[in-house]
Amino acid sequence: MSRLKILTEHIHKPEITGIEGYIKNGGYRAVEKALKKMQPDEVTEEVKKSGLRGRGGAGFPTGMKWSFIFKGSDKPRYLLCNADESEPGTFKDRLLMEKIPHLLVEGMIASSFALGVRTAYIYIRGEYMYILHILQQAIDEAYAKGYLGENILGTSYSLDLHVHPGGGAYICGEETALIESLEGKRGNPRIKPPFPAVEGLWGCPTIVNNVETICKVPFIINEGGEAYAKIGIGASTGTKLISACGNINKPGVYEIELGVPVEEFIYSDEYCGGIKGGKQLKALVPGGSSVPILPNRLITTTAKGEPRLMSYESLADGGFATGSMLGSGGFIVFDEDQCVVRNTWNFSRFYHHESCGQCSPCREGTGWMEKILHRLEHGHGRMEDIDLLWDVQRKIEGNTICPFGDASAWPVAAAIRHFRDEFEWHVLQPQEATRRNYGMGRSAEPIEQVTA
Amino acid sequence: MPKVTIDNITIDVAPGTTILNAARMIGENVPPAMCYYSKLQGSGGKCRVCLVKVTKSSEQNPRGMPKLVASCCTQIADGMVVENVTSPEVIEARKGIVELLLINHPLDCPVCDQAGECHLQDLSYEHGAATTRYDFGRRTFDKIDIGPYIQLHMTRCILCYRCVYTADQLTNERRHGIINRGDAAEISTYIQNVIDNDFSGNVIDVCPVGALTDKTFRFKSRVWFTKPVNAHRNCDKCSGKVTLWFQGEEVLRVTGRKDKYGEVEEFICNTCRFETKQKSDWVIEGPRRIDTHSVIAQNHLPYELDVVHPQIEAAQ
Amino acid sequence: MIETQNITFSPERLAQVQTLLKRYPEGKQKSAILPILHLAQKDFGWISVEVMDYVAGLLDIQHIEVYEVATFYTMFHVHPVGRNVLEVCRTGPCMLVGSDNIVKYLEQKLNIQDGETTPDGMFTIKTVECLGACGYAPMMQVGEKYHEFLTEEKIDQLLEAFRQNATQL
Repeated sequence: MSRLKILTEHIHKPEITGIEGYIKNGGYRAVEKALKKMQPDEVTEEVKKSGLRGRGGAGFPTGMKWSFIFKGSDKPRYLLCNADESEPGTFKDRLLMEKIPHLLVEGMIASSFALGVRTAYIYIRGEYMYILHILQQAIDEAYAKGYLGENILGTSYSLDLHVHPGGGAYICGEETALIESLEGKRGNPRIKPPFPAVEGLWGCPTIVNNVETICKVPFIINEGGEAYAKIGIGASTGTKLISACGNINKPGVYEIELGVPVEEFIYSDEYCGGIKGGKQLKALVPGGSSVPILPNRLITTTAKGEPRLMSYESLADGGFATGSMLGSGGFIVFDEDQCVVRNTWNFSRFYHHESCGQCSPCREGTGWMEKILHRLEHGHGRMEDIDLLWDVQRKIEGNTICPFGDASAWPVAAAIRHFRDEFEWHVLQPQEATRRNYGMGRSAEPIEQVTA
Repeated sequence: MPKVTIDNITIDVAPGTTILNAARMIGENVPPAMCYYSKLQGSGGKCRVCLVKVTKSSEQNPRGMPKLVASCCTQIADGMVVENVTSPEVIEARKGIVELLLINHPLDCPVCDQAGECHLQDLSYEHGAATTRYDFGRRTFDKIDIGPYIQLHMTRCILCYRCVYTADQLTNERRHGIINRGDAAEISTYIQNVIDNDFSGNVIDVCPVGALTDKTFRFKSRVWFTKPVNAHRNCDKCSGKVTLWFQGEEVLRVTGRKDKYGEVEEFICNTCRFETKQKSDWVIEGPRRIDTHSVIAQNHLPYELDVVHPQIEAAQ
Repeated sequence: MIETQNITFSPERLAQVQTLLKRYPEGKQKSAILPILHLAQKDFGWISVEVMDYVAGLLDIQHIEVYEVATFYTMFHVHPVGRNVLEVCRTGPCMLVGSDNIVKYLEQKLNIQDGETTPDGMFTIKTVECLGACGYAPMMQVGEKYHEFLTEEKIDQLLEAFRQNATQL
């Protein structure tokens, strides 16, 4: 069955990377249409109608975010593209920028026009330096063709677009840390309010959008917001890139129409192609390392017994007690031979490593969690460590400057919530736990009452 | 003027006032603050011990705020209702944050010059737990001298950033800053460097813990054995208004004059602080009122400093 | 190890620095610090104090501002490293498909531990956090290039190629 592809329809054509090939396949029509036939607010209106939600993880409605940009001063406004893709399990923006860089450039031009922006930046993680060169070439080509620079396509609209590398810091994916980093500082998130839409880059009104979000804008301009809103399911409109990895037969990036059943996504040959080696599915992290892990019994069906779908609402169904989040679309699949304790320790080490260290709960708490989990995983844990761990993550969650604290706490909380038996086994059978994995445990058992 | 209600007490405050400053105006049950410093622009928001619960955002918006907020950097709105000590959630969160602040803090109060006027000591006494659940190795650093007058003992630092703001805002050149990140972050000059300018000594006064201490006072006395006295002199660099800390006739230490939140009223220069330690250099004004929760007050100066120490009176 | 005496950019690099500076508004030249540090690391091998002071001079900012930034971002090597830094991803999705074994294999093969450099200065092993290649794991980055779907055989070939490359230079 052929599915609608908004972003990736032409992605496998080799010529699509260059501007000629991109234009030949219908590229830059959105810039023509927006700049010549639309008012900036009309573009924002279409984005609002489309129901597009931020694809970086939080899922905030993009049109609404744009409408917050402060227009009451004569300060310049900025649009920043967040290409600091670093959420473990997420590698979707990389594909877009590498294969079809002009889509991002086109989206940036159209979005900047809507927001009244004259200078825009793409902040790309430093490790993606080879992609920075690809983007730079695309930008140079766009300048040469008159899509960027002074008086674009003969209109009165002018825009400069630059690409800026990070230096290796997950926290710079948080929008105010990204702004700080772009200002040449340490990536410490800012205290909000003021929000970037009022006081962002160099104190000016600023909007920060994820790569995939920006790349959706050309389609919305070309086909209209309503056409986009018809795709998908309910408030989860449109398509979403899902980067699938872990123990599956076909890891990779898939553009799905929101609403595809999780079961189909994991097992059909069109997507993940099932669990590698015919093993059992033990657990799933559906939206990047920060979102709660789900045990087997809650993956393909919700606690209510309905089929679990790939949508913001369905993946979150049941709250944190029995649900998770769509997040950034980093879809990590665990087979029966994986150890949840080890994985939770690994994720904790990641958050400990990436904490900026600015506020105390996160700076101190992430390290503490890693140490406790290390002890549990390596056979020196005690039963009370499990409760201690639960308590430490609770002390971090909600008490930090930025959402990083929550992101470090949620995976730990969910692992204990759903896999407590496996943690206990590590304490009770420390020798055995260092030799072999726990296996499925109670992961596939029917749903029982659990509390958040 | 906008009205704000904190722990059931309502007060009118100027627009733009923060919850913390409104609470300070009320004066009862003020949230603690380890990183906020009213005289340092941009400070605050980092330590999270001043978190409070906003149960009503404003007259227009009767909903509360979804998370606890840092009272030091959240501005009040008309009709806002705030819970500090009346919220069990706040008390619980604060206790948790104190625990986290302490996991890497050494238990070296007996040999720390800050003991007795340490905000972390006060904080853990008032809000912390009696025991620790942390049984891993603690973060340690070597002590370093940054210049002839100041010692940096990073092991004790809670990364409040106050000293960095001080250097930024009081001096022309900042030589120390925060290097590395996460729980490996430290206050440092990175290379062996001397912090040397007329106002560098203020980093000692703003430090809430014993991370930055006065080398000229090092191990001279416990602070509660010294008598604080307000004094001034004509100084061409600063206001010359200081507190002298006496032991007998001897001036052991000179600091800025601190208010009840531990903030100096005015920053002072290094000449006054480190190089003017003869009693005859100063015009004595009278004893310094110690009305903090500090042991200096608790041991033998409980709120009644009107009795002047005879030796000092004689000196005047 | 690459000598870090005489820290000065070539005229071409300086021209590039000027282009970078023009991307940010007047007086906001500090923004160029990360791109310039990347160029400096490329040219000088690692970010020594001399390099940081030189960058501070180019940007007309205080030295400590560069120390603060360079030590925050993990891509910058503030200690000397080998000619090829093997940055192996160790985060969850890579671990699920065997990154631990890849690190072990490298350590055994090069006879050094994570974070160390071979005595000939050819290789440094550095485990890093997620590089955004989770679907193509296990992987490592060397220079700007991503090497994905790593196996022991593939590592043997890569190491050989890096050695060959070095002798040609």
